Amino acid sequence: MAQRTPRMSNLHITRRIKYQNELDLGFGKVMTSIPGAEDLLRCIQCGTCSSTCPLSIYMDHTPRKIIAMTRAGFKDEVLSSATIWLCASCYSCTVDCPKKIKITDVMYALKRKAIEEKVWPRGLPIPVLAKEFFASVLRTGRANEGRTVAKVWLKTRPLKLLANMGLGLRLMARGRMSMKSERMTGSVDQLRKILDSVHNSDTGHSPG
Amino acid sequence: MKYLYYPGCSLKGSGRSYEESLLASFKKLGVEMHELPDWNCCGATAYMAVDEMKAFALAARNLALAERYGDGEPVTLVAPCNACYLALMKVQKYMAEYDEVGRTISDALASADLSYRGGVRVRQSLDVLLNDVGLDLLAEKINHPLGQWKVACYYGCQAVRPFAPFDDEYNPMSMDHLMRSIGAEPVDWPLKARCCGGTLTGTIPTVGLRLSYIILREAIDRGANVVATACPLCQFNLECYQSQMGREYGEDLDMPIVYYSQLLGQALGIDDRSLGLQRHFVPLTAAAAVG
Amino acid sequence: MIMHRKSPEDQPRIGVYVCHCGVNIAAKVDVEHVRDFAASLPGVVVSRDYKFACSDPGQELIQKDIREHDLNRIVVASCSPQLHERTFRRTCADAGLSPFFFQMANIREHVSWVTVDPGAATTKARALVAAAVRRVARAEALALRQVPVRPEVLVVGGGIAGIHSALTLANAGKKVFLVEREPTIGGHMAQLDKTFPTMDCSACILTPKMSDVKNHPNITMWTYSEVDEVSGFTGNFKVKVRRKARYIKEELCVGCGDCVDACVMKKEKVQVPDEFNVGLSKRKAVYMPFPQATPACMVIDPKQCLQLMKGKCAQTCVDACERAAVDFDQTDEIVEIDVGAIVMATGFRPFDAKRIPEYGYGRFDHVYTTLEVERLVNASGPTGGEVVLRDGTVPKTVGVIHCVGSRDRRHNAYCSKVCCMAALKMAHLVKERTGAEVFDFYVDMRTPSKGYEEFYDQVLSEGVQFIRGRVAEVTDWAMTPEEEGKLVIRVEDTLIGVARRVPVDMVILAVGLEPQVDTAEMQRRFNISCSQEGFFLERHPKLAPVSTFTDGIFLAGACQGPKDIPEVVAQAGAAAAEALALVDRGHVDIEPNTAWIEEEACSGCKTCIPLCPFNAITRDEEKAIAVVNDAMCKGCGTCVAACPSGAAQQNMFTDEQIYEEIEGVLAYV
Repeated sequence: MAQRTPRMSNLHITRRIKYQNELDLGFGKVMTSIPGAEDLLRCIQCGTCSSTCPLSIYMDHTPRKIIAMTRAGFKDEVLSSATIWLCASCYSCTVDCPKKIKITDVMYALKRKAIEEKVWPRGLPIPVLAKEFFASVLRTGRANEGRTVAKVWLKTRPLKLLANMGLGLRLMARGRMSMKSERMTGSVDQLRKILDSVHNSDTGHSPG
Repeated sequence: MKYLYYPGCSLKGSGRSYEESLLASFKKLGVEMHELPDWNCCGATAYMAVDEMKAFALAARNLALAERYGDGEPVTLVAPCNACYLALMKVQKYMAEYDEVGRTISDALASADLSYRGGVRVRQSLDVLLNDVGLDLLAEKINHPLGQWKVACYYGCQAVRPFAPFDDEYNPMSMDHLMRSIGAEPVDWPLKARCCGGTLTGTIPTVGLRLSYIILREAIDRGANVVATACPLCQFNLECYQSQMGREYGEDLDMPIVYYSQLLGQALGIDDRSLGLQRHFVPLTAAAAVG
Repeated sequence: MIMHRKSPEDQPRIGVYVCHCGVNIAAKVDVEHVRDFAASLPGVVVSRDYKFACSDPGQELIQKDIREHDLNRIVVASCSPQLHERTFRRTCADAGLSPFFFQMANIREHVSWVTVDPGAATTKARALVAAAVRRVARAEALALRQVPVRPEVLVVGGGIAGIHSALTLANAGKKVFLVEREPTIGGHMAQLDKTFPTMDCSACILTPKMSDVKNHPNITMWTYSEVDEVSGFTGNFKVKVRRKARYIKEELCVGCGDCVDACVMKKEKVQVPDEFNVGLSKRKAVYMPFPQATPACMVIDPKQCLQLMKGKCAQTCVDACERAAVDFDQTDEIVEIDVGAIVMATGFRPFDAKRIPEYGYGRFDHVYTTLEVERLVNASGPTGGEVVLRDGTVPKTVGVIHCVGSRDRRHNAYCSKVCCMAALKMAHLVKERTGAEVFDFYVDMRTPSKGYEEFYDQVLSEGVQFIRGRVAEVTDWAMTPEEEGKLVIRVEDTLIGVARRVPVDMVILAVGLEPQVDTAEMQRRFNISCSQEGFFLERHPKLAPVSTFTDGIFLAGACQGPKDIPEVVAQAGAAAAEALALVDRGHVDIEPNTAWIEEEACSGCKTCIPLCPFNAITRDEEKAIAVVNDAMCKGCGTCVAACPSGAAQQNMFTDEQIYEEIEGVLAYV
């Protein structure tokens, strides 16, 4: 993109300050109580996570910044950030972190928090994908990739479904996709019982 | 050699040829694989974002079934899919490491008359091939060495991260050794375990495609004429979105993306159909190293 | 002389003092309750609580009570005996009470600091006070023993720490044995080019001290030697030193180098990496580590020499040596010495950068460690001071990476303290020598010492580009044409909040400092402690920083933790002074905790005799019983535990005292 000469009218001058009363000071503490996120407070802001992350270049806040903001109580900014949804769970940050912070787990925890508080970016299909996936598992005990993806697109971006119809058909022709679901060999009831039990135990972390 | 085998959902769907080629190869090598009866979805990556405990519970049920199957004997559960492999390993670790996870999951299992005491060893199929079957036996059984292939061994993320019990997390070598043993030449490249974008190819395609393209581009630049993967999602991304990547980046891409087990199967003299090669979009015969 | 006003036959009249230690104890333990509880115990005449028992008024209070209430036993419930046992013993002694009628209960380190629940803390404090009261009632009048101290001192390690300690002691007129494992003294400092922040030449300031050591009449310098065994105790250590065969007669060799020229290992490919140049050059089987090595004496590496390995060689070195110094028949020699004190100055080991595979050390030719670059920039180094890479080119862009192996819980959680300055020095030197563009990747810049911040300021003004971020990876994976053929440093510029890829020709890893590989073995051999990270542990981090928990053994330099040269030298001087204070006094007081045999109970079975590690027990053939030699007994208690008839007893640890103590803990629960 060509560099444009800045004009006075284009200089968006905004007042940027954060007052303590706008923060959720307990947010960092809440997050560290989650298994896997306990070392969050040890972060020294070195940025190893951000530089090893293959996706940080697409993020509005780098993973390092997300940790700083979480710790400092910038709850709204963190939960509405695209960063947590861009994490693809490759675990590079977790392996490289010199403080052994399980950053991937922290990202999972933040995703769950965002879903719980219903603040994920609108139009982002990931939470819907996760929910559809859950529904599929609850029905048959197994995931049907094709069906799940088709449903997600139907719910979020119907046009996308059309655009990918060709791929779907080609996969079907090669026996790699089916609308018929794979099922557990036994009854799904046992599985549902287990999931219900988790649901009922008050773990404090399951938005369920 | 006898193992309990956990296929996972992908190996019954888009990754069908992984299962076909792996089971055929193991059979040829005299290794018995018994599918875990009544297994369920492992909980995988996406589920962690909705409800971690439920994801753990899903994975734990499989471990409980496997332990019961062993009936007091030590059990090895082979999970060829990286995502399943990690999900199963993770719940095992976290149940031991975090009281809260251990308690909640044990209670949940108990509600269905199941229990898990940590007696299952979860292993990736590469690990089994390298360390149990061993390169010596492989060398003996190989009758169709594959000298024509320069292979970019692509391990993906979750086979070596965050837990790396059988290989190095920065420069994994097990598949490289395997490829060398079947006569192919593994190329030296730095992206062996870099992320392919995972589910982002579907959910945020601009980003996901770019990540997959980076992998593919580097494999080509390093002189590979085939990419071998150990993960059904990696395989899907690199192959099924290849034409889309081509359009996006204005390149003619024609790189076969196979499972390491398919190349192994060929070297063992198994026919292409039994290895599921007809299920792929870019035929293995293309041998197209695109400049 | 201590006057014992009270005889042990008196009925116990015990005073108990429960210390608040400010809020250290009182905030957790209900001290008033413990005081009242103690007052109810048998034999207790006075029970008080007090804000600071160790203060002068606190001590005076105890002394006043001793006089007014005719007390003959004192219990103070406060901190660790490590800190104040000596204080209160003196308090008692000054009031005319034998110091061995004093007993301490540790309700701070063992209770208030480590207990969450105040109720539980108070319960435990009660139990410990009761135990001390019951025990002290059985105390006996004993006297300190005095043992003469040998005036010689052993210094282990010949780096700058050992050198400075040895010279300080020798200058004070003490005889010093300096034992160094390598063929020369000098240590890591000899390998450095310049020393921060003043940038004086390392060799120029070190080599005069090395030659002082060699020529000092009070110093016996043994290089290529190791301590095999240490026995004895403070003031009277017996040390066995192994003088390894160097296959060169040290008294004849003048270091002329004729043997090196003559050595048959002429081809570089059969030669071995030169340790002094960190593998950047090769050496032969016979060598001298560097020109100013002290002693200026050759050594033959038995793992490389054909004659020593295979017994087959033309032995050209023997022919070349006019002074007939080569001696293939030499063997290791064990020398026994007696010393009064030991100074440990065994140094550190640089972190092995291969353990962080992300940085590509050992995989990429142009990734170096700071120590390697020290040799590269040094005029007597393998390149004569030219900064040239392994492919012969001069780097145009250089990246310096901080915190390699430090502040990393996967490796060493601690900060290695010297690497920030070492990295800045490298940035400065490389820029000065090559004019290269230098990037410095740091996490937190730590320059807290005299002249250090000023040095950072200078390097900043020289135009080195500082990027705050820990490097995730050094890779040869190019994403742009400019990156082709370069090493790409991947980092988040955390101050800007953006991921960057910086292509460079050369990477310098500022590796941290680690404990020596054999620290654990040394710890056992010298019977000293190590801290969690593996460095030798000082007795107290603030107030006894060069002492160990073993009397008579002192610490100098980086064996106690990462340090730079100024700090090492300061500490080495302190260690020497502490050692001097011990050996100059001429004697030490020793606890009277010796063993003795109850004649009537001894069956003469001889079980104890071979078990005594100090050969202090003999058999009186006439009475057919065992006899303990009081002067040789070290109070280890082995015979007491082993005696089948309970005849072996130990002062300060009689069965009665121990049982009373146990009952004290249990009886009031």
